[in-house]
Amino acid sequence: MAQIFHRSANLIARFSVLALVVLANLALAGVLVVARSPYITNERVSRVQPVQFSHKHHVGDDGIDCRYCHNSVETSAYAGIPPTKTCMNCHSVLFNNAPYLEPVRESYRSDQSIEWVKVHRLADYVYFNHSIHINKGIGCSTCHGSVDEMPLIFQASPLNMQWCLDCHRDPAKNVRPKDQVFNMEWKAPANQEEIGKKLVAEYKIRTVNELTSCSTCHR
Amino acid sequence: MNDQPNENKLRILPVSQAGDAAQGHDHHEHDDHEEAQVEREHRLDLAAVREKLREKSGKQYWRTLEELADDPHFEDLLHREFPRHASEWDDAVDRRDFLKLMGASLALAGMAGCGRPDIDHIVPYVKQPDGLILGRPNFYATAMPFGAATVGVLVESHEGRPTKIEGNPDHPSSLGATSALVQASILNLYDPDRSQTVQQAGEIRSWSAFLDAAHDLATNVKATNGAGFGILSGATTSPTLTAQIQNLLKLYPEAKWYQWEPAAGDGAREGAMLAFGRNVNTVYEVSKANVIVSLDSDFLASGPGHIAYAKQFSRRRRLNGPSDTMNRLYVVEPTPSVTGSSADHRLPLRSSDVELFARALAGKLGIGSGATLSGEAANWVDIVAKDLQNERGASLVVAGEYQPAAVHALAHAINAALGNVGKTLYYTEPIAGDAGNLDAIRNLCVEMDHGKVDLLLILGGNPVYNAPHDFDFVNKLKRVSTAIHLSPYFDETSAYCQWHVAESHFLETWSDARAHDGTASIVQPLISPLYYTRSAHDLIAAFSDKPGMPAYDAVRAYWTDASSHLPSSIDVGWRKWLNDGVIPGTKAAPINAELKFNASSLPAVQSAPADQIEFIFRPDPNVYDGRFANNGWLQELPRPVTKLTWDNAALISPKLAQQRDFAHKVQSRGGEHGQVRVPLVDIELNQSKVTAAVWTLPGQAENTVVLPLGYGRMRAGYTGTDKGFNAYVVRTSNALWAATGGKMTATGDSYPLACTQYHFNMEGRQILSNATLSEYQKNPNFAHEHDETPPKEDSLYKAFAYPGYAWGMAIDLTKCNGCNACVVACQSENNIPVVGKDQVMRGREMHWIRIDRYYTHTESATSGKTTGDPSEYNPTLDNPPTFFQPVPCQQCENAPCEQVCPVGATVHSAEGLNDMVYNRCIGTRYCSNNCPYKVRRFNFLRFQDWDTPQLKLMRNPEVTVRSRGVMEKCTYCVQRINNVRIDAEKQNRTIRDGEIVTACESACPSEAIVFGNANDPNSQVAKLKAQQRNYSILGELNSRPRTTYLAAVRNPNPELEKA
Repeated sequence: MAQIFHRSANLIARFSVLALVVLANLALAGVLVVARSPYITNERVSRVQPVQFSHKHHVGDDGIDCRYCHNSVETSAYAGIPPTKTCMNCHSVLFNNAPYLEPVRESYRSDQSIEWVKVHRLADYVYFNHSIHINKGIGCSTCHGSVDEMPLIFQASPLNMQWCLDCHRDPAKNVRPKDQVFNMEWKAPANQEEIGKKLVAEYKIRTVNELTSCSTCHR
Repeated sequence: MNDQPNENKLRILPVSQAGDAAQGHDHHEHDDHEEAQVEREHRLDLAAVREKLREKSGKQYWRTLEELADDPHFEDLLHREFPRHASEWDDAVDRRDFLKLMGASLALAGMAGCGRPDIDHIVPYVKQPDGLILGRPNFYATAMPFGAATVGVLVESHEGRPTKIEGNPDHPSSLGATSALVQASILNLYDPDRSQTVQQAGEIRSWSAFLDAAHDLATNVKATNGAGFGILSGATTSPTLTAQIQNLLKLYPEAKWYQWEPAAGDGAREGAMLAFGRNVNTVYEVSKANVIVSLDSDFLASGPGHIAYAKQFSRRRRLNGPSDTMNRLYVVEPTPSVTGSSADHRLPLRSSDVELFARALAGKLGIGSGATLSGEAANWVDIVAKDLQNERGASLVVAGEYQPAAVHALAHAINAALGNVGKTLYYTEPIAGDAGNLDAIRNLCVEMDHGKVDLLLILGGNPVYNAPHDFDFVNKLKRVSTAIHLSPYFDETSAYCQWHVAESHFLETWSDARAHDGTASIVQPLISPLYYTRSAHDLIAAFSDKPGMPAYDAVRAYWTDASSHLPSSIDVGWRKWLNDGVIPGTKAAPINAELKFNASSLPAVQSAPADQIEFIFRPDPNVYDGRFANNGWLQELPRPVTKLTWDNAALISPKLAQQRDFAHKVQSRGGEHGQVRVPLVDIELNQSKVTAAVWTLPGQAENTVVLPLGYGRMRAGYTGTDKGFNAYVVRTSNALWAATGGKMTATGDSYPLACTQYHFNMEGRQILSNATLSEYQKNPNFAHEHDETPPKEDSLYKAFAYPGYAWGMAIDLTKCNGCNACVVACQSENNIPVVGKDQVMRGREMHWIRIDRYYTHTESATSGKTTGDPSEYNPTLDNPPTFFQPVPCQQCENAPCEQVCPVGATVHSAEGLNDMVYNRCIGTRYCSNNCPYKVRRFNFLRFQDWDTPQLKLMRNPEVTVRSRGVMEKCTYCVQRINNVRIDAEKQNRTIRDGEIVTACESACPSEAIVFGNANDPNSQVAKLKAQQRNYSILGELNSRPRTTYLAAVRNPNPELEKA
């Protein structure tokens, strides 16, 4: 009786087994890539807001300090979204007739909050604290990017755990002098590694063991 | 009245609603041969226990009667690795369907993790309030009024939502600690079953409609000069409310004010009248007393000032080494209380015999003609009297709230004779008014009966439910043309009143209240009322000449006048009063009460015949007089001594249980160790009948049956309605606290009780260590007598260095009195759900810290024996020394749970915390099975209520709300550690000792729990851990727990020990 399978079937079988392994790995890699892609992390996605507030204008052009609006960033876990009152501090005088700002005035008149759409969204089980990062020399732009160049705010970093751990495992590469924390223009110098190490010691930033303990962020 | 007859019936559940249905098909599916052979339930044989006890000697500990009996069936239950059926699915869906569903959901499981995050909104303030930093809680001082007691508290507020109650260190009744009831009161604020509006005959009305109606009603009674106008309130310490009512009584001279507090005794007031010819308030300085005798007083766990007393008491039990001294506590009481359980000597005596004891004790000290006691009590009196004599001026006799006037008068006389007045106690003017409690409700009922009451204002309280049964309050109330009921719930009384006004919680209204020593506090609201609710101040104002006057104005007005006598005027002082939570200069001045008491003139004591059963009524330790019935935290909180949840039960002595063959049965059905099937009895008393479950309680006086009040509610809300039995039904005015002449007969039925003491049995290992003070002095190392803890280097794992902080906890068992404050504090802080009776019966309660109760042998063979045949008496059974041991996660350095987690959901932190990562947990429960301390809790179902909006407001935003299928456990309040650490790091300093206070530590009135950095040799916790009394539970496992215990030391009188 003739062979059922041609000799080439051996090769095809071997290749198929190999292909299966490769394909399975590719599929897995695909899932992981998608999970880290901006599609899932919402990186670089701008949102339609009740008022299309421009950070570029307020920060870049007008030079308003971050803390004028986000005033609890140094003391609290939350940086703070400014109350309508903060907008009205200026806009009761400036552009006080602009139709563009009507939702702000309406909010102030009716005592109803403006409902902003959240751009930076962390998972519910993460307890992130702004104040400790600010106080240990992590600048705003390290995570939030060049806000002064964003007409519409978007999320500049993936905000996933891998990205958090990158820094928690080696804070030296991102630490900057405390007086530069709110400086949007600050760029890491060439010898950042060296300066970073010094700053980590100076600011008594905790050991990698401590920074990567689960309860540092999860509880 | 239609629903009234049902009230005295205990609802009898089918054998096990869920259990039986499932059981039917479980059998053929489970194929559990072994199961079928084991008897389903086994009765406890108390006679056999006594027989066995005769042969036993030496120190041993036991937790349940079954354990004591070495019952082989019980052991079989224990030796199973898992409680039978604990993991069984007995829902309507059977196993096959379940597997199909599982298969389907597995196929889709991969998809569940996919998807993009939702779009959220940020809703900032329009104008942010001053002093508020988003993300940082604010603390406000206020006070919790609770009948005649007040506890000053600091309330944590997250963006305007009160979430957690802490004690106020500046308040004399708190001294920084709280009680279980205070902790749980925040749940009442968010209770979705609260009444929300004004109602007239079931129709919703506006407050202004009520004000109009009130105006008309006021005009009518004004015409009669107030005749027919009655006000019924509970006890109040509010100066403003008292002034408002007094003012009202001036406007309506014929009007009358009645005060009824169902769980407050008249004995103290009448006793003071007897002793001094006037009412006084007694303030104890427990810390100054070396010897304390409690005559049926639970002063460490109930009554005004009890938190402060517990604190003072425990400070005298602080042992730094064997050379330190301790105070000594003798307790004479009919039923084991928290105070009695932490006593050095405890004598179970029937309630009516306590007076006899008081007379005998007084007689020995030369007061009155004394009395003859029989048995052990006679010996006791001699020795106690001698001990008191030796400590003249440094001793204290405390009379119990539920004891009659004579006992209180005798206690006053004894304290005076011993020169204690002005030293360990002092007298002040009364704090909570002067009204007679029982007389008030009696007079009101007479007036109502005669049709003399046209308008009745009921300010809080629930008299239809809790007035003495013979007064038939409900039918008399029907003769009142207009009754107005202010109440937080639409309850039994509201149903019979024309108007119902929803009452504000104390966190929603302005008021004021006085502490046990008279210090006044302003009660300030933390949140504006969640619903259309009003306070007593508003209601009184509605009938006054200032209708519509807000409570704030009333309080301001009162203190504007009153502050003229104070160091600071209201304009200067107000903000500071609010900030501190106390008003300086308001502490009541000691008065000189002259003793005008002739003990010989007391009428002969009426002691009940020894063979008759004495029924005594006590407020339930958790739901109190019934006002906390709808509080799930308190319902599920195991009672301090009985460890029962969700029910009350008639408590009987082992002796009585044996005589009547009332022993309970541990249920093997349903797999839970927590279900105990007990007999039901009919209690016929005072021409009324109630059906109750009976519970055998070691240490109870013979022939005493305790009927806890506060259960059997008909209209309490979802949680509290129809639970337990209503003891008020058999409680009449002639015997408010103790009654005889009743009958108790078994109905032949049984009833399942949920008791947590059957869970997590530690199988006779030396978990608890204790000694007497003299033993401790002889052998300071007694806790390590049989210690087999291996040396630190004996481990397969590489030693981990903890160079920074090493968090640890030390729990002093000498101080712990088992009061449960820590359990509820933890529940409140850590968003711990309530699971319900059915789940508790399966051993699935979620408390992160539990308090184990241990009994041990007494050394003196006859201690406590009073009547009956001595050969039938065994102190181990009939009056065992009791110990409490709080058990949170032990935070092992070599944690057995961590080794077995397949997904790394429980791992070690660099500071030695055993971290639990909820988002990684897949619910294998391996960790829980491998935990030697059984401190891990699994969310078998979605126990947390995720839908009720009110409850969302209550949660602590710093702690994850866990869902189904996730393991959880004590984290040492890691959120508090992190927050303090972040603050310290921002200031570039290390965390100071005592800066981090865990929820349990902060609530503890006894200062038994100390948390801190064990690496810092100067920290309080390190010093405690360095003591020789310090030991680890199951140290031989080399798990190296960070939570360690200081062995319990008691200070018995050597003379009484010998006897």
